[in-house]
Amino acid sequence: MALLQIAEPGQSPKPHQRRLAVGIDLGTTNSLVAALRSGISEPLPDQDGQVILPSAVRYHADRVEVGQSAKDAAATDPLNTIISVKRLMGRGISDVKHLGDQLPYRFIGGESHMPFIDTVQGAKSPVEVSADILKVLRQRAEATLGGDLVGAVITVPAYFDDAQRQATKDAAKLAGLTVLRLLNEPTAAAVAYGLDQNAEGVVAIYDLGGGTFDISILRLTGGVFEVMATGGDSALGGDDFDHAIASWIITEAGLSDDLDPSAQRSLMQTACAAKEALTDTDSVEVVHGAWKGLLTRSAFNALIEPMVARSLKACRRAVRDCGIELDEVEAVVMVGGSTRVPRVREAVADLFGRQPLTEIDPDQVVAIGAAIQADTLAGNKRDGGELLLLDVIPLSLGLETMGGLMEKVIPRNTTIPVARAQEFTTYKDGQSAMMIHVLQGERELISDCRSLARFDLRGIPSMVAGAAKIRVTFQVDADGLLSVSARELASGVESSIQVKPSYGLTDGEVARMLKDSFQYAGDDKVARVLREQQVDAQRLIEAVEGALQADGERLLDAEERMVIDMQVEELRELMKGTDGAAIEQQTKRLSQVTDAFAARRLDSTVKAALSGRNLNEIEE
Amino acid sequence: MAISMTEAAANHVRRSLEGRGKGDGIRLGVRTTGCSGLAYVLEFVDAPDSEDTVFEHHGVKVIIDPKSLVYLDGTELDFVKEGLNEGFKFNNPNSRGECGCGESFNV
Repeated sequence: MALLQIAEPGQSPKPHQRRLAVGIDLGTTNSLVAALRSGISEPLPDQDGQVILPSAVRYHADRVEVGQSAKDAAATDPLNTIISVKRLMGRGISDVKHLGDQLPYRFIGGESHMPFIDTVQGAKSPVEVSADILKVLRQRAEATLGGDLVGAVITVPAYFDDAQRQATKDAAKLAGLTVLRLLNEPTAAAVAYGLDQNAEGVVAIYDLGGGTFDISILRLTGGVFEVMATGGDSALGGDDFDHAIASWIITEAGLSDDLDPSAQRSLMQTACAAKEALTDTDSVEVVHGAWKGLLTRSAFNALIEPMVARSLKACRRAVRDCGIELDEVEAVVMVGGSTRVPRVREAVADLFGRQPLTEIDPDQVVAIGAAIQADTLAGNKRDGGELLLLDVIPLSLGLETMGGLMEKVIPRNTTIPVARAQEFTTYKDGQSAMMIHVLQGERELISDCRSLARFDLRGIPSMVAGAAKIRVTFQVDADGLLSVSARELASGVESSIQVKPSYGLTDGEVARMLKDSFQYAGDDKVARVLREQQVDAQRLIEAVEGALQADGERLLDAEERMVIDMQVEELRELMKGTDGAAIEQQTKRLSQVTDAFAARRLDSTVKAALSGRNLNEIEE
Repeated sequence: MAISMTEAAANHVRRSLEGRGKGDGIRLGVRTTGCSGLAYVLEFVDAPDSEDTVFEHHGVKVIIDPKSLVYLDGTELDFVKEGLNEGFKFNNPNSRGECGCGESFNV
């Protein structure tokens, strides 16, 4: 018979209606899958009792190897063994070239700028490599839970942009998983500790992994986690602690610096073991070859102090970016294996003036939180009511308007899912098409924002400038993915795009874009006003010249014509400069001197329309 | 009339109750549903009803309503691992047949 799990009172699932859902932490170094069973969220182990699956994929000609054995082969078969593929997700070929020196893979540029890695099994995209990891986790979950999965919640770093999120979603789809939601990693960690049950407050998530450090400051208001700031160091982690111990051994033992790779590896293993031992003991005897030495915890603390200090500096900066004080942070959650180091915990406690939360295994806490969220989204209600978690968009979304300006349609920090519509119009008489240029960013000029996508709306019926009504709708789904549609309201012609940008931004770039938007707020406003005036002026010039060509000869005498021509010329000259006020004034003047001409044109049009008709016809 | 529980089952129930942070014990029961007539119920109990019968095994309370007891008399609740899958199993001497999937049974 099927094996049962304990349900909440009155909520036993009907036969065949158990809705199995899992949470997946798809990490750079390690991945794991967790599920809620009998009221407890816990990671699911494999046959050997291991919960952690190293995020390493090795391609053989006829099969795919994932996990520890693949990771072990990284040194011997570097070209076919892909590790840390998460760093490549959603990146373009140019981003990857930038990382190129650090990576041994043979990259091939693909369509849509996506990089492919050449392996013995052919070209593999980062999405496919991630899908191979997810497949293993999915099989493990289905074998463990005894049924097909309804879906999964997959976690992503808070700073992942649209492209990186979309790539993660694509990988899940390829692995046969339905994504219930992409959840920010720090949010998942907060959920694991039940912090979402609090009414409100500011929470810091300190995530020190093997090779990267992330700090996220979240604000919870009415069940919504808003990412206030993210920061960190993509080259700081537990591996650096190992290196520090290794250097210490080299110095103490009087070894030479240039060790061969196998000696290097064994030295690192010794260092890592010493680090782990010092979590529970005050000193450890380090044996390396014939050399023996004693490493005390205080000596180890001294070795890693510069790195710990770097992480604290990033924490202070992130808190400052939010415009709050350290003591306003109400809870600190520790994530990542390196937060087991006692000195790290102590330093974080000192900085925030409170004990960080460490009861849940820091390697598992993200997956555990994701599983809780997955269970709720799958429709299995939890005791204590619905847990509805919302995220917000990190940067404003908008489109380009005349003059290269960014018109924001959805401002940053809007909770998702969301749909917003705005109406735009044509700029020229008889304009039959409109280019929709979708942008992300906080700045006023499009050159300072990030271009996400472009598409055309064609078949706009011929109308005078400003008469067409084009409704542009921006929609962001629960995973933070954007689709944009444009519709001309009179004719109903429509066009849309699912935004799948070709490459992404790093967290540093997102942070920089935000910071720039504050720093250059004043300049941006001036630039925006100038551009608007230039656009107004240009529009007037085009209208006047069109009118002159059509009716200038007929309705104006030579002197009148000369006055208008002169004013047009003067406005043209001013437009080349940057004096917004002068342009505005000259635009007004040109408008004034052409008033009489415009009135005459109107009269003559009406006369032309009326001539030859009798009164009865007109009244009809 | 009696219901029993293996030590493995009791340990797992205790762990689940601790993880949940509250609860008096677990409820075993049956209800009429499913493709073969009856389905088992296994739920946490916050407060037993007055007509419930309470058994205690290995320090864990097993709570059952009088109607279900008729169908479950003599049942042993076990906790088993089958490959990677693990969960509770009702060893019910009254069961005469199960549906193919084993999620429901008849007496």
